[in-house]
Amino acid sequence: MRFFIIMAMLSLLAAFASPVFADDGKWAGVDEAVVEKISAEHGREASEPLINTDKGDLLLFVFLLGGAAGGFAGGYYWRTLTERKPGTTG
Amino acid sequence: MFLLPVFFIAAGVLFSASPAHAMHISEGILPAGWAALWSVAALPFLAWGVWKVKLEARENIELKPLLGVTAAAVFIISCMPVPVPTAGTCSHPCGTAISAILLGPAMSILTAAAALLIQAMFMAHGGLTTWGANIMSMGVAGSLAGYTVFKLLRRSGAGLGASAFAAGVIADWGTYAATAFELASSISGTDPVLPLFAKIAAAFVPTQLPLGILEGFMTAGMVKMLANRRPDILVRFGMIAPKEVAI
Repeated sequence: MRFFIIMAMLSLLAAFASPVFADDGKWAGVDEAVVEKISAEHGREASEPLINTDKGDLLLFVFLLGGAAGGFAGGYYWRTLTERKPGTTG
Repeated sequence: MFLLPVFFIAAGVLFSASPAHAMHISEGILPAGWAALWSVAALPFLAWGVWKVKLEARENIELKPLLGVTAAAVFIISCMPVPVPTAGTCSHPCGTAISAILLGPAMSILTAAAALLIQAMFMAHGGLTTWGANIMSMGVAGSLAGYTVFKLLRRSGAGLGASAFAAGVIADWGTYAATAFELASSISGTDPVLPLFAKIAAAFVPTQLPLGILEGFMTAGMVKMLANRRPDILVRFGMIAPKEVAI
């Protein structure tokens, strides 16, 4: 198990360290680099989302909020799951 | 073990510090007819997921926290931007292999659908008209591919970690292959679908090839961690045989 966790963390670390060496304009999402680019070639452009939070730093805030809420829920339920003795209720 | 909840929160905050867009098909990309078709195609899978949750909730008290952990993991992982130096682009793993192994494909599809809906509504990530298509690729294709590979490898005698690793890799690649197919079939117009599918799939390869491997390690780590802490849960959900653990 430790092997898999260490490998996952090392892969993430390497991936996250890589933007330091990146040129400007790199690191676009593959939706932009692939999906939207090829769609545009075939006459299909992405439209604005129903609730458009992609305005300035608002999207960063929403992602931060989502990440914090998801992280809290994941940690809380993990603790509930692993601290409960097999076969007990509650 | 006390560090794990902290890790979850830190991962959630750190990895979501910048928006990630990858396999999610954005609003407006698909023609209305195709968007409707993928939405209708996703409905029976969602119904299957709801039915399975109701069934399991009656019999299994561990379902709620397990569903909570996996739903949170799928939500965070599927909006977690990972820069891939070999490609110079960012993309994200999907997390559906973890949910498919721990919950089964039906409930995994439901957790993916919930994550995709939140992302589409509030995070400018995917779209409501393309929700069905995104469920079909990330939820259905990812979950079924991961689950099938995991089960086949386990039946052939492969270890838990190795099977989960392969499931993570194939679920990720399967998701992106399905996205390529959905996109190619929807926007090709009168052109043949196959060459466009090959073009889109090939464009995903430099980013998704290494990310699929990362997803394999993440899946194996999560499954092994739960197997070490609560093997009885994996036995109850039929993921490992009772004889493999001494409960």
